[in-house]
Amino acid sequence: MDAIQFLIQQQSEIIEIVLLSLLVSGSATIISALIGIPLGAWIGLNNFVGKGLLLRIVYTLMALPPVLAGLVVYLILSRSGPLGELEWLFTPSAMVIAQCLLVTPIITGLSAAAIASKEGIIYDHARSLGATRMQAVWTVISESRTGIIAGIMTGFGRAFAEVGAVMLVGGNIRHYTRVLTTAIILETRQGNFEMGVALGVILLILSFIVSSIVLLNAKDFNLGEV
Amino acid sequence: MNLFEITHLTKVYRDRTVLSIDKLYLERERIYAVLGPNGAGKSTLLRILNLLVEPDSGDIKFVDGQLLKQGHKSYDMARRMCMVFQRPLMFSTSVYNNVAYGLRLRKLPHREIERRVSEAIDFVGMQDFINYPATKLSGGEMQRVALARALVLRPEVLLLDEPTANLDPHSVQVIEEIVRKHHQQFGTSVIMVTHNLFQAKRMADEVILLVGGEVVEKSNAEDFFNNPSNERSKAFLDGTMVY
Amino acid sequence: MMRINKLPLVLMLIVALMVGLVPATMAAEKVESTMTLATTTSTQDSGLLDYLIPIFEKEYKTTVKVIAVGSGQAMEMGKKGDADVLLVHSRAAEDAFMAGKFGSVRKDVMYNQFLIVGPKSDPAKIKGMTDVKAAFKKIATAKKKFVSRGDNSGTHTKELSIWTALKVTPAGRWYVESGQGMGDTLMMANEMNAYTLTDEATYLSWQKKTGLKEMVRGDKLLLNPYGVIAVNPAKYPKIHNKAAMAFVEFMTGSKGQALIGEFGKEKYGKALFTPSAK
Ligand SMILES: Nc1ncnc2c1ncn2[C@@H]1O[C@H](COP(=O)(O)OP(=O)(O)O)[C@@H](O)[C@H]1O
Ligand SMILES: [Mg+2]
Repeated sequence: MDAIQFLIQQQSEIIEIVLLSLLVSGSATIISALIGIPLGAWIGLNNFVGKGLLLRIVYTLMALPPVLAGLVVYLILSRSGPLGELEWLFTPSAMVIAQCLLVTPIITGLSAAAIASKEGIIYDHARSLGATRMQAVWTVISESRTGIIAGIMTGFGRAFAEVGAVMLVGGNIRHYTRVLTTAIILETRQGNFEMGVALGVILLILSFIVSSIVLLNAKDFNLGEV
Repeated sequence: MNLFEITHLTKVYRDRTVLSIDKLYLERERIYAVLGPNGAGKSTLLRILNLLVEPDSGDIKFVDGQLLKQGHKSYDMARRMCMVFQRPLMFSTSVYNNVAYGLRLRKLPHREIERRVSEAIDFVGMQDFINYPATKLSGGEMQRVALARALVLRPEVLLLDEPTANLDPHSVQVIEEIVRKHHQQFGTSVIMVTHNLFQAKRMADEVILLVGGEVVEKSNAEDFFNNPSNERSKAFLDGTMVY
Repeated sequence: MMRINKLPLVLMLIVALMVGLVPATMAAEKVESTMTLATTTSTQDSGLLDYLIPIFEKEYKTTVKVIAVGSGQAMEMGKKGDADVLLVHSRAAEDAFMAGKFGSVRKDVMYNQFLIVGPKSDPAKIKGMTDVKAAFKKIATAKKKFVSRGDNSGTHTKELSIWTALKVTPAGRWYVESGQGMGDTLMMANEMNAYTLTDEATYLSWQKKTGLKEMVRGDKLLLNPYGVIAVNPAKYPKIHNKAAMAFVEFMTGSKGQALIGEFGKEKYGKALFTPSAK
């Protein structure tokens, strides 16, 4: 009950936190998709020396611990690090970068798997119907969309729910880099368990809404043009 | 002008020559049945003709031009033929969009696409399914859509790779009827790989027997079935008849 | 009509502008518009920063980015130039930090107390003692449960220094290392009917949840001094040194010290921190 009252009192701050969470994890997912889908498609569509090794590396990175990703980004963006000049540490940009590190392998790996599983047969059909190489590749990607969308959603879920990386490189700064997960940690540390749970429930509801929106749109896309 | 003039064609997979055709000329506006045991290289031949697989050597002349010469491939010519596979893959979209696929690739005007797609769908008798999700169709229906998707492009050659394997007798009849009708109306050349000797008898003007990647016999269908001149053809016919 | 009506409006606007400008021009010296403070979780979790920082921000027209981490991480941030100012409690490490020329200024700010807290039943019979070493000895001898932070935090360091002074190496089933923050450690001690060493601020804010009782307080060893350090701009020229210096001044000046002395009285009936700037 206290938690609900508190939620209402703190409405504007919570909305701010929610929006930042969506913005950071959303941007990270979009950027990762822009890198991961073409990369995954390339891996899935081509046979080359070292493909197995590359895939194993991608799959390993899918299990990259968030704190480690955060630490790497921290050291790079630190004033004493190679990109310290940018002064990006403890900004939302740093959080996006760290999450990209976590999400890109997921989208790459799952896209590659989705595409490889259908690659040959779709590609041949498209070519036989007169597609150019690029058009056929696009058809393969578009036909693998269920798997790719699953990859994007998995990636978003990972970004949205992770705390180690954003805590480290964002710093959980109030009104600036505080997101749902770091707010939960803070509330828990302060002993406000109910509040922590309430924020957790908000996080889950948002995840549900986001995936519902994506899946509904994906269904539309399903009957769209080639 | 011949349909195909294939010379010195070889294809090797991992040190194994799976296709070796020194010379094979095919005529236009015919229905060819390609027969042969599993692994004889039938699919490989069709895929090479459609430029889906690159042979290790050989040239192919197609009607009025060079489809394949010293590794140089003419995809423009490949666009004048179309292949239908044994297990047709439906794009996960509507029947309409499946059939429109090739026309959209060719950037045809919207109106013309609409007209030709509904014509093709009518042709294969699938008008009631036009907005149906193609992946939800039965095997026979899918194969009809696959045919419409190919025929809508008005190909000069239809390459059919065991198009009726796995289908029930009624569907087989429907598919055969569509192919025959198109052949008669538009003079489409057809090269059809089949395991079904009765089908070959019903459909083919000419038969090509492929064994171990080599053309064992190429002859008029009637001659082939009634008095095969070649010992291996005889053995093949006898052996297969047992089934 | 129009001309008559407009005049007072313009006048009002000018007055409003001037009123608005006065505080701005009067504000102390001009500092960078933003500054990063690295501090320990205890200052954030006790609510002290939420109380002090807005006042400082208003006075100096700057925005403070508070990063609350472990003591060790906060010092590391200073060493890397990722923070402009530190508010920490780890005296030995602070001295080393200054000796390494990582900081330009270090000042005492305040202190709070460590307490030994434990279950009401008090199985080791230490309640009311004032000698922390004696109390630790009793717990160890009786092998009564003790939960240690075990995380190299300031509190953990303090606990270890007491064991070391006693020449006791705590080990065995009675000695539990939680590896967690103070609040979680208090919860764990409560669940296990164990003793633990805690800072007073965290203890007070978690008191209702844990039901743990205060056992030992008042030993000089249990004082927990906080220092404020401005990171050395000579090492990292991009550091927001003016704001950092302003923060040092604010925390150790009369206004900041008075505010610190008041904090917590309303909620807990006593101040959580004792101002100690010289
Ligand atoms: N992609 C490939 N890689 C390796 N071997 C292949 C490949 N495709 C076909 N083959 C081999 O080539 C031979 C001919 O195959 P195919 O043309 O499919 O035979 P058919 O269609 O007559 O049954 C078979 O032995 C087959 O295993
Ligand atoms: Mg085959």
